[in-house]
Amino acid sequence: MNNPLDATGAVVRPAPAEELEQTLYEVRRKIYPRAVHGWFAGWRWALIWLTQLLFYGTAWLQWNGRQAVLFDVAARKFYVLGFVFWPQDFIYLTGLLVISALSLFLFTAVGGRLWCGYACPQTVYTEIFMWIERKIEGDRQARMRLDADPLGARKVALKAAKHAVWIAVGLWTGFTFVGYFTPIRELLPAVLAFSTGPWETFWILFYGFATYGNAGWMREQVCKYMCPYARFQGVMFDRDTMTVTYDERRGEPRGARSRKADYKAAGLGDCVDCTMCVQVCPTGIDIRKGLQYECIGCAACIDACDQVMDKMGYPRGLIRYSTENAIASGWDSRAMLKRIVRPRVLVYFAVLLAVVAAVLGSLYLRIPLKVDVLRDRASLSREVEGGKIENVYRLQLMNTQEKPHRYRIAVSGLDTIAVASEAEVEVPPASTRQVPVRLRIDPGAAGKGAHGIEIEVRSVDDPSIVAREKSVFMVR
Amino acid sequence: MSDFASAFWPYYIAIISVVSIVACAVFLKSQSIRRAEGAGLETTGHVWDEDLKEWNNPLPRWWSWLFYITIVFGLVYLVLYPGLVAYAGRLGWTSSGQYAAERARFDAAYGPIYAKYQGMDARQVAADPDAMVIGQNLFLQICAQCHASDARGSRGFPNLADGDWLWGGDPRQIEETILNGRTGIMPPFGAALGPDGTKDVAHYVMSLSGLPNDSIRTARGKEKFQQTCIACHGAEGKGNPQLGAPNLTDRVWLYGGAEPDIIATIANGRTGQMPAHKDFLGEAKSHLLAAYVWSLSHPEATQRPAK
Repeated sequence: MNNPLDATGAVVRPAPAEELEQTLYEVRRKIYPRAVHGWFAGWRWALIWLTQLLFYGTAWLQWNGRQAVLFDVAARKFYVLGFVFWPQDFIYLTGLLVISALSLFLFTAVGGRLWCGYACPQTVYTEIFMWIERKIEGDRQARMRLDADPLGARKVALKAAKHAVWIAVGLWTGFTFVGYFTPIRELLPAVLAFSTGPWETFWILFYGFATYGNAGWMREQVCKYMCPYARFQGVMFDRDTMTVTYDERRGEPRGARSRKADYKAAGLGDCVDCTMCVQVCPTGIDIRKGLQYECIGCAACIDACDQVMDKMGYPRGLIRYSTENAIASGWDSRAMLKRIVRPRVLVYFAVLLAVVAAVLGSLYLRIPLKVDVLRDRASLSREVEGGKIENVYRLQLMNTQEKPHRYRIAVSGLDTIAVASEAEVEVPPASTRQVPVRLRIDPGAAGKGAHGIEIEVRSVDDPSIVAREKSVFMVR
Repeated sequence: MSDFASAFWPYYIAIISVVSIVACAVFLKSQSIRRAEGAGLETTGHVWDEDLKEWNNPLPRWWSWLFYITIVFGLVYLVLYPGLVAYAGRLGWTSSGQYAAERARFDAAYGPIYAKYQGMDARQVAADPDAMVIGQNLFLQICAQCHASDARGSRGFPNLADGDWLWGGDPRQIEETILNGRTGIMPPFGAALGPDGTKDVAHYVMSLSGLPNDSIRTARGKEKFQQTCIACHGAEGKGNPQLGAPNLTDRVWLYGGAEPDIIATIANGRTGQMPAHKDFLGEAKSHLLAAYVWSLSHPEATQRPAK
């Protein structure tokens, strides 16, 4: 490997190994983020309310006398509002995941790690848990003092209270999670009576513990060391991606000053070096050092800095959402926003739109009937009275709607072919029925060999529900 | 119980497993030793590209601990389960034992449903739509492979829906057929009758059900039939359900009713076997299944499901 050259062109020799010795394990510095208020904090709380009302609330909604959203894994039926999805519908889950991925691409290309900063469960639960911590232990300074204090009755009481509330929130989260797989209105009495099944118990505790551990203890370490999305979102950035940026040209040289003094005459920039941006950061970084992989894009530093700028009487936006190009060229926000319309964003948007349209269209056109045709293998073809040729099939009729349907079975594709067995069957709501079907042709209507046919199943009560399946008729 | 023919292999497996686990633990331990503070750097001794060296640092702690946990897990597993083969494990677990336990669990869960129908007369069971849904599922699962999904059989496998029975069509007789199976044998007569005699008998048999036949051959065949066939098929050719001998006058042909088919049957004989299902299904399920099979040829006596 060639040694790099330094600015003067001299070969830089690596320092001797002895001097480089250091531990390979980063010891975590506990972070005490200061509470922050402002425009972006407001947005984050709005999203916390929205996502958590959805998560904690949806489980309790009823729909047609059942839970509105329920994933019945044992029965392999997945209820979402008016839909009943069967394992055969897993393509919709794929569609949902593709939409999620493309949305992540799109939002990240436009506004950086918006998902991380505002909507990711790790951020959301950390925010909730920090709010609880603040209510019990106080803000940054108070918490730092408390941790430095020797162990005493007050410290034990506060810490115990905090962890008790955290664990309660975690368990409620685990309970809600399991409530999407076991009807939550039956789960609640079971939990209160300690009579949940082994798996329910395991998942409530596991999910509850994961919430408590991740949001209470792990926090930013999840984003820094564990989360793959955190790292690969950086790949989606380009020079026009808006990220939380410190305007170095405006801020530097930083320094403390009196409000009345003419700081420009003193050669100072707008940054008063109050370190508020560092104190509010949930990942403990200094945004003034530029874009860093630890930055989750929560914009807490923007809110904090804007408040300081207001107090100083300077214009807001020393730290703001900006792009690499905008900072380098000194664009105003209008010029910067124009760059949102660029090929990368347009392609993400177009693909996302196409996938959303395809999924919605296919949901709208979805036929609540599935048919499988299984040809009997043991009897290839049989001759019945009058020399007619008969083949036997087994139809699997899946009525995926929550009301009973009566279906008529018809067949086409071969001269004189007709259904010889009972042609009408009823299938109960959201269930499957196997129906043996005999198809018959007149003697001599078809030559020896296999003939393609099509079996049509149409609902008698709603003719728009129809499914067609191809099969084969054998003549010996 | 060992699956190996030789007693050598269980020990082979046990020794390799234990030695590997212990070796892993020893190796892991040797790679986890931390140098004392300030003891200087140690490298692996390899040098690349003039001066690029690899430090010989211990494995990350979280990684070693995960490995130690897997070792402990493996040892606990080998104590509890028969992973070493040579040692059966404290739990005494076997796959066949688990199968039996699961069967017992399902029997306990679903047994009462079948027990309810077992106490009823087969004709009553046939009139119960719920029972008939279960019966159809059982039939499609177990019987349809031979008798076809619609129970109308195929060549060599009797049609169960036509009201014609080889061994009797009373629900009790059907249940007996399911439980203990049946073997119907038509012995070969080709050698005894000779090719011409066989053809004569075939023509007489065809005349019994009014199929076109050669009257001279029929007359000759009738004599031979009276000597050879009536023991089982009866003087009038109406068969005998005690022996499973088919009625030859009803135009129902298990092995085909064309002249060559009948000649082949007489000359070479036929063997039809219905396997016994007593051990596999048990009596309760067989009872329900018999009622379902009986219902197929008695649509008037049943309320078929979804009507």
